[in-house]
Amino acid sequence: MFASYMINGWIMATIIAVLAGAVGLFVVLRGMSFAAHALPLGAFPGAAAANLLGINELWGLIGFSGLGVIGITQLAQRQRRDVATALVLMALLGLGTLFLSLSGHYAQGVYALLFGQLVSVSRAQIWPVLALGLVILVAIGICFRPLLLSTLSPDLAATHGVSPKRTDFGFLLLVGAATAMALPVVGALLVFSLMVGPAAAARSLTDRPATALLLSVGLALLTVWASIAAAYVSDWPIGFFVGALAAAFFAVAQLSRRFRRAA
Amino acid sequence: MSAKFPDAAMSVLDLLFAPGFFASAPVQTALIIGSAAAIVSALIGVFTVLRGQSFAGHALSDISSAGGSVAFLLGISALWGFLGVAVLAAGALELAGLRRAKERDLVTGIVLGAGLGLTALLLHLDIGTRSSGGAAISVMFGSIFAIPASMVLSMLGVSAVAVLLIGLIYRPLLLTSLDPNLASAQGVRVHAVGLLHLLILSLAVTLSAMTIGAILSTALLIGPAAAAVQIARRPGRALILAVLFGLIATWGGVLLAYDSYAWTPGQAWPVSFFITSLAFLIYLGARLWKRLPIARRTAEA
Repeated sequence: MFASYMINGWIMATIIAVLAGAVGLFVVLRGMSFAAHALPLGAFPGAAAANLLGINELWGLIGFSGLGVIGITQLAQRQRRDVATALVLMALLGLGTLFLSLSGHYAQGVYALLFGQLVSVSRAQIWPVLALGLVILVAIGICFRPLLLSTLSPDLAATHGVSPKRTDFGFLLLVGAATAMALPVVGALLVFSLMVGPAAAARSLTDRPATALLLSVGLALLTVWASIAAAYVSDWPIGFFVGALAAAFFAVAQLSRRFRRAA
Repeated sequence: MSAKFPDAAMSVLDLLFAPGFFASAPVQTALIIGSAAAIVSALIGVFTVLRGQSFAGHALSDISSAGGSVAFLLGISALWGFLGVAVLAAGALELAGLRRAKERDLVTGIVLGAGLGLTALLLHLDIGTRSSGGAAISVMFGSIFAIPASMVLSMLGVSAVAVLLIGLIYRPLLLTSLDPNLASAQGVRVHAVGLLHLLILSLAVTLSAMTIGAILSTALLIGPAAAAVQIARRPGRALILAVLFGLIATWGGVLLAYDSYAWTPGQAWPVSFFITSLAFLIYLGARLWKRLPIARRTAEA
């Protein structure tokens, strides 16, 4: 399980879990699960496009996730956000089917991009992810208070000069960047589970923002580590365990909250 | 034929409809199935957009991919796989508390995540047993041309049930979608109607997952409906417009995909790409139309 070819996977998964836990808490607090689902899924055609053009996958992913962020914020100006998100996601995925069919021999790649492939991580892949991850964490650290304020009370934040529109855009950019880098490793569909599950559980367990942040990161790490171990032992895909564990954490946290309320 | 039409007109027609379009059996099946899926999705889509449940609609279709994978694994018809899992997922969403608006987004996300995890596992098993990576593509992205003609009857049956249900609960469904408080004051059982909405939604999702694939079926559900809601001022008109837009996107998509054989030699572009893109373009068109002065005048009149 800790053989040398797995080490890179463990390191990568750890970086991604820390990020997903931190970004995810704000996704949950801001009620942006749909956007957090749509961005990675809409970014995955970027990998197919990069494959067609023969450039590095990461650039394709970042480009498409940027397109998604701009599309969602543009359309959401005069439309409900859930509708805008759905439409942008569909436009990007539609392009994805085209790229996939034009590049032909890509069936196995699709499965990996959607559901992740942790074993084949190389040392060279880790550095850009680590760098980008640090940038995102620093950005969250600097913006923690204004971000929290605008999340919990948009009106109060507006009187302090924090524009809700700009915060939305900036935050979506963060989500987009985080998903673009996590995508090749854990897969488009599971980045999302990792963002929403642990964070939602953390939010049910505590009301204090800083504690919730630590708890969210901790649960995300636990989810990823346990999933890798389980996937290694059972030879089932890691995505299955991530999805199941995330849902299980949420369910347990909800139950414990109900118990505490009843007590 | 060429005696009737001048040559120039014939060649334009040929350019529009590549030779053999109307005679091809898969095209005929695709047009029938596609129309049924487009109509049902557009109708229920209008209510889904009004209720602000696009995410739930998308989640149902994504999760139904687990059903497609199960069907592939067991060797049964994909229709029943999609249908079974979509209905189950609708039940799970309801149980998990979809009706509390505050938690809706989150609960949908968690159920969606768990469902997708299941799909990952099932597709993994598919690939393991049948050693074909194509399962992921066909379940996720679908192909309307690959539907066997024998499925037409059952798919039309599912569509008929869905349309009938919409007709039966039309008024309470509309009222709860527009103003749940008013509806409940008038004695409408909001909760039961919500559950029926989810059920019809899963029928629609099943049909469109069969035609354009599980993760793209939201395009037929939300695209035409969102465009229609932008333009129309009355619910009845929105429903008619949505159906019209859905049909245009589907027929246009089938036609363009058929024509595309000629564009890149020997390789057709995917139907799903054309249908989703057309749906998106129609929506953008509807937004532009709303800004035109003529649209404002008719709206005021």
